[in-house]
This record gives sequence, C-alpha cells and structure tokens, in this order.
Amino acid sequence: MSIWEYANPVRFMRLSDRVLPWLAALSAILMLVALVWGFFFTPDDYRQGSTVKIIFIHVPSAMIAINAWVMMLIASLIWLVRRHHVSALAAKAAAPVGAVMTMIALVTGAVWGEPMWGTWWAWDPRLTSFLILFLFYLGYIALWAAIDNPDTAADLTSVLAIVGSVFAVLSRYAALIWNQGLHQGASLSMDRAEHVADVFYYPLVTAIIAFILLFVTLVILRTRTEIRARRLRALLAREARE
Amino acid sequence: MMALLRRDLALALRSGGGFGLSLAFFLIVVVFVPFGVGPDTGVLARIAPGVLWIAALLSCLLSLDRIFQLDWEDGSLDALALAPLPLEGVVAMKALAHWLTTGLPLTVIAPLLGVLLNLPGAAAPWIFLSLLVGTPALSLLGAFGAALTVGIRRGGLLLSLLVMPLYIPTLIFGALTASRAGDGLDFFTPFALLGGVTLLAAALIPFAAAAAIRINLR
Repeated sequence: MSIWEYANPVRFMRLSDRVLPWLAALSAILMLVALVWGFFFTPDDYRQGSTVKIIFIHVPSAMIAINAWVMMLIASLIWLVRRHHVSALAAKAAAPVGAVMTMIALVTGAVWGEPMWGTWWAWDPRLTSFLILFLFYLGYIALWAAIDNPDTAADLTSVLAIVGSVFAVLSRYAALIWNQGLHQGASLSMDRAEHVADVFYYPLVTAIIAFILLFVTLVILRTRTEIRARRLRALLAREARE
Repeated sequence: MMALLRRDLALALRSGGGFGLSLAFFLIVVVFVPFGVGPDTGVLARIAPGVLWIAALLSCLLSLDRIFQLDWEDGSLDALALAPLPLEGVVAMKALAHWLTTGLPLTVIAPLLGVLLNLPGAAAPWIFLSLLVGTPALSLLGAFGAALTVGIRRGGLLLSLLVMPLYIPTLIFGALTASRAGDGLDFFTPFALLGGVTLLAAALIPFAAAAAIRINLR
C-alpha cells in the first residue's frame, strides 16, 4: 500500500469520491466557526480597532497562495519524474485556486492598509512579491490554456513551474533590497513571543486549518473535473474514429 | 557552434529585422517618456535610469519570438536537434546571437539616448555597464520563453506574459545600479547581484530551454 496507488486515475476517483463530501463539510464547518469566532467573539485591538479582524482572512489566504505554488512545483516534479497524469492535473487544478488566494490576500491587505497605513497600496517588498507571484500564476494558467496536446502542456508548464520558482524566489529577495518595507513581520512563528496575542491566535489557527481544507477540497474537486474532461475527450475521439 | 552563431547573425542582419527595428523601438519609447511625464529636466534626470532600462527590456521582448519561430516553421530546428551538437549548445548560441543583435546595440546606444533624458553624467557609464552585464540574462530568459511557446500559433503575447515576471530581478538590480551611481551612492551590491542573476541564467536556462524544445519537437 503506497501513495503511488492513487496515481491510478480510477483509484483516485474512487477514493476522492468517498472523501470529498467529508472534506467539503469539514472545511465549511471549520470556516464558519473560525470566521464567526474571529469576527464576533474576539476583542477589538487597542490601536487597530475592528480592522484587525481581517487577519482571519488575510493571513490564511496568503499562506495558501504561497503553498499552492509549492504544491504545484512538487506535483510538476512528480509528473516529470514518474509520469502520473493525476499529478499533472492536480498542478493544473491548483493554479487558479492559488491565483484567487493571492488576489484575496492582496485585496484584503489593501482594505486593511487604507485605514491603517493611509494607503491602499505601497511598493513594499511583501506586497510586491505577492503581485509578482500573481503574475507567475497568470503566466502558468495562460500556458496551460494555450497548448492543445495535454501531455505537451503538462511537460511545458512543469518546466515553467521549476524555472518560475527559482525566479519567484529571486524576485522576492530582489524586492527586499529594492525598497524598505511597510508590512509588519510574521504573525506566526515558532517563537511564541513573536505571535499575535492568544485571543487572536486560536481563531487564526482555526481559520488556517479551514483554509487548508478548503484548498484541498477545491483542488480535489477540480482534479476530478479535469479527469472527467480528459475521459470525455478520449470517448469523443474514439467515437469519431468509429 | 561558431557556424551556427554565424548563420544566425547573418540571418538576423540580412533579413533586415532585429537590428534596426529594436533600436528604433528603443528610441521611440525613450522619446515618448518626456511627452508622457512632461519636459521638466529634474524629473527626467530622476527617472532616466529606470526609463532606459524599461525601454531596453521592452525592445528586447519585441524580437524574442524570432529566436526559434522561423527555424521551427521551416524545420531546421528538427535538423539542429538531430545534429551532434547538444541542444543546450544550440540554445546558448541562439541566445548569444539574439544578444549580439539586440542587447549589445541597445547597450551601446543607451548612454547616448540618456542625453535626451538628461541622464546624470555619473550614471552614464553605469547605465552602459549595467546593461552590458544585464542584457545577456534578458536574451537567455527570452530564449527560454521562446522555447516554451514555439509550438503555439501567435504566441507573441503569451511569450511576453511568461517572460516579463522572469525579468523582474534583472530590471530591479540593473535600474538600481544606474540610479544609485547617478546619486553617488554605493552601487556595488546591486551590480554584483545583477551579474549573479546573469550567471545563474547562463548556467540554468540552456537546460530548461533545451528541455522545452525537446518536448515541443516530440
């Protein structure tokens, strides 16, 4: 019994069919709990007022935005090395989700920044690198859309994901040298002293778990759609031949 | 390899494309900027290094699809892939030919066009040097983008979308070198990093681009 068994699309479909409703329900419940808890049952911050509560959307979506790219990179590598189609399709399925998460992080950040920093947008390294990440997502999605042959598309986008990762990291550090930051440091870290206060910490962790589950649910759902679309294509091709 | 380089250079020169066109485009972008932001020399001097870098980058972008497209269409790319020369070497030579016909002329002409933008005298040699060090990365990354999109009809716009984010580190470090030199600040750090990005691209990109071409030829 190894994880590679689920590289078989039939097995993947069977397992995901059973797991998906539970995942979806769990992520919906947790999301509801986290957001209600975060929005209505945490105190206002003494300087930021109620705007602090945007943290429950902003931080989890930003985490997913970055980790979705990492997941795509790993899935692309698995595709290039082991040629499992489910892996390539999962990378394809994750890209739009990651792009939307990047957009959510940018928009919620702007909404928070307007009252707090007095500006919707600043060319801060963190903000800039998120915008760059968004551009990488756009290019990746566009390349998938432009190529007809699915295997060629999977190969080329995988190469792009690898090269893109190197240059996304480079851009991140280039932006650090280029401009001083306005953005505060990390909200979470291994060092307890650097955390946000406990009243915000627990709902925030709940929100992060909810977002991770949401991401997994969406990616599985979209991967299933891709597999079905692929089967449909194969059926149509067979029909056309007969 | 030298024969391939000579062939590509001859093709670029005799087809009347690349060379003159991207220089003219460079000139037009530089001329447009004062129309857009106004003729105030103080403002122009401040933005000149950045404008020159962006203009060079855009003119470089313009001729990227020519790197592989013509060879793809007439089948000579298949012949090159079958040749004893490794495909990585082909990519490197093609990127070099692109740089010699686009990056290098842009580099030479940039300090002259800097006069139009009231570029500070101290920045002029550094705009030249930063472009000299940075533009090879533009050609290499462009060759990678061209290799990805070679099989796509009318892939020009997609090529730009793919390549532009890859240009960001080069643009940041290049423009920073020139503008810091103009302000009399320390510019060695961005300059060294600019060289680092170019060397990284030279080391990695031929392999990635050759892989992309092999996939497209399959």
